[in-house]
Amino acid sequence: MSEKIIINDVTLRDGMHAISHQYSKEQIVQLTEIIDDAGADIIEVTHGDGLGGSSIQYGFSKVSESEMISTAVATAKNAKIGVLLVPGIGTIDQLKNANDLGASVVRVATHCTEADVSEQHIKAARSLNMDTVGFLMMAHRTTPENLLEEAKKMEAYGAQTIYVVDSAGALTMDGVRQRVSLFKENLGVSVGFHAHNNLSLGVANSIVAIEEGATRIDASLAGMGAGAGNAALEQLIAVMNKLGIPHNMDLYKVMDAAEYIMKPMMPRPVQIDRLSLTLGYTGVYSSFLLFAERAGKEYGVDARDILTRLAELEAVGGQEDWIITVAQELGLVKN
Amino acid sequence: MNTKTNVAIIGSGNIGTDLMYKLLRSETLQPVVMIGVDPESKGLTLARENGLKTFDNGIQGFEENPNMADILFDATSAKAHYNHAEILKGLEKKVIDLTPAAIGPFYVPSASSNSDSIEQHDNVNMVTCGGQATVPIMKAISNIVPVEYGEIVSTVASKGAGPGTRQNIDEFTKTTALALEKVGGAKKAKAIIILNPANPPLLMRNSIFAKIEAGHENKESEIIDSILKVVEVVQGYVPGYRLISAPEIKDGIVKVFVEVEGLGDYLPKYAGNLDIITSAAVKTGELMAISLTKKENVR
Repeated sequence: MSEKIIINDVTLRDGMHAISHQYSKEQIVQLTEIIDDAGADIIEVTHGDGLGGSSIQYGFSKVSESEMISTAVATAKNAKIGVLLVPGIGTIDQLKNANDLGASVVRVATHCTEADVSEQHIKAARSLNMDTVGFLMMAHRTTPENLLEEAKKMEAYGAQTIYVVDSAGALTMDGVRQRVSLFKENLGVSVGFHAHNNLSLGVANSIVAIEEGATRIDASLAGMGAGAGNAALEQLIAVMNKLGIPHNMDLYKVMDAAEYIMKPMMPRPVQIDRLSLTLGYTGVYSSFLLFAERAGKEYGVDARDILTRLAELEAVGGQEDWIITVAQELGLVKN
Repeated sequence: MNTKTNVAIIGSGNIGTDLMYKLLRSETLQPVVMIGVDPESKGLTLARENGLKTFDNGIQGFEENPNMADILFDATSAKAHYNHAEILKGLEKKVIDLTPAAIGPFYVPSASSNSDSIEQHDNVNMVTCGGQATVPIMKAISNIVPVEYGEIVSTVASKGAGPGTRQNIDEFTKTTALALEKVGGAKKAKAIIILNPANPPLLMRNSIFAKIEAGHENKESEIIDSILKVVEVVQGYVPGYRLISAPEIKDGIVKVFVEVEGLGDYLPKYAGNLDIITSAAVKTGELMAISLTKKENVR
């Protein structure tokens, strides 16, 4: 295990969900500065739902997409700036704009069984010479074998790294182990892992992924991200140090940043509570948390019932609109 | 005496085949030929079984027999349509384009300004399935109040989204957004599409959000009435089109949720996304046929 693990910080992308996409320009500058100074290799900065995500469906961003990206690009001294692109939400035109503004990494994300919608986007990213990553979300919803078949498609389109993405924080350690090891054995590209901490396994699952050969890991300051958050960067680095896993980060700097900068910015504590635990327990997309909480209040139903129903219906990432109709339906049944 | 207008279908895939079954039921249109490229294809086989002539040498077959039909439905690809449109223009035929090529103006039967305008066009485009499902609602809202911003989310069962949709997902979102502006009347619009692989497959769902301009808050009941009316109009040609819940207006945003159950003609009922565009195309063809007949009567 001599190869340094690449840390892809998602504080300014997945973290957007936890702040309802309301980071100010000053906050983006401040966070980019400290994360870059602490040694992150890649800093992802986009609306939580990626390029083009600013909408009624997912919530509008405070700062425009172009301004977010150019602010981060201007601020970071060493880290590469990355963006998320979900085909169906964002477009190749928006990717070109991000690249023009200086973004050099893109994660093209699809639901775990729908990799074939990413072909044009992955090819476009490669033709822009971007560091191109395939991002298979909700990886718990399909078998390791099927996930590998989808990953092979992304590899064939030209993705240089492929991620197992535990969007619902629903995978346990063996689930991560099987998926990452199958990727490692059968793909010719690098493998990455993206955790959510809904079952308190964010760091443990990331370590398992590294043990199985993943070389890119996502994390965020104090776990700032959807649901119970991602793998907390400071915790991950502490554990990696203890295990002798090499990386480029400074532990004290990320500890300080998490404690003094990140936590005071959180409008709602990013933590495991009854709702975020329900996400991991039932396997629901983590960014549904705040939407279900609001809908629960509005229609007078328990948000856990909304999430459980969405799990039964097999809702996928991006279907925030379904939360409203499910809440309406449950509200009607109750009354 | 056969008073029906003869029509042809170009393309023997899912859309072309579903279209054939709907055309066979039309009281104004008579499908006479299906044009494909593979004589063994399922679509051409089904066409022959249903009494249509078939050509397996593409548009060339029709060029040699141009009097067979007056209106042609193109259910191939954008690339092929550019070529077909050129040839059919030369033959002075009316064309209904179900591809993303969009050479002609968008046409949404229940939303485009009025049915008479159809006769001015030789080539109209059917937008996208998401466009056919959401533009009528947007138009119903913008008929009452100015819509500052419109947004739609279409969720389609994975099994109902063919390779055409999957490989042209950017075109889907861009074309749908453009139609929401041009036909739906939103000043600015955005479209999102999501594929859901749930099993059993879910019906096509569409969420329509419209941010209305400030100062029009007192028009709530008129907006709701307008939406309810247009749902009935769309149901006239897509019976499985229905509201999931009562429309809501909160904080200046109108929220409407509709689902589309298909008739199950060729693909199963969950593929309402297919039905809504083929049904809209048939309706458009019927309006075109009426305008052609009118012209003949004048002559």
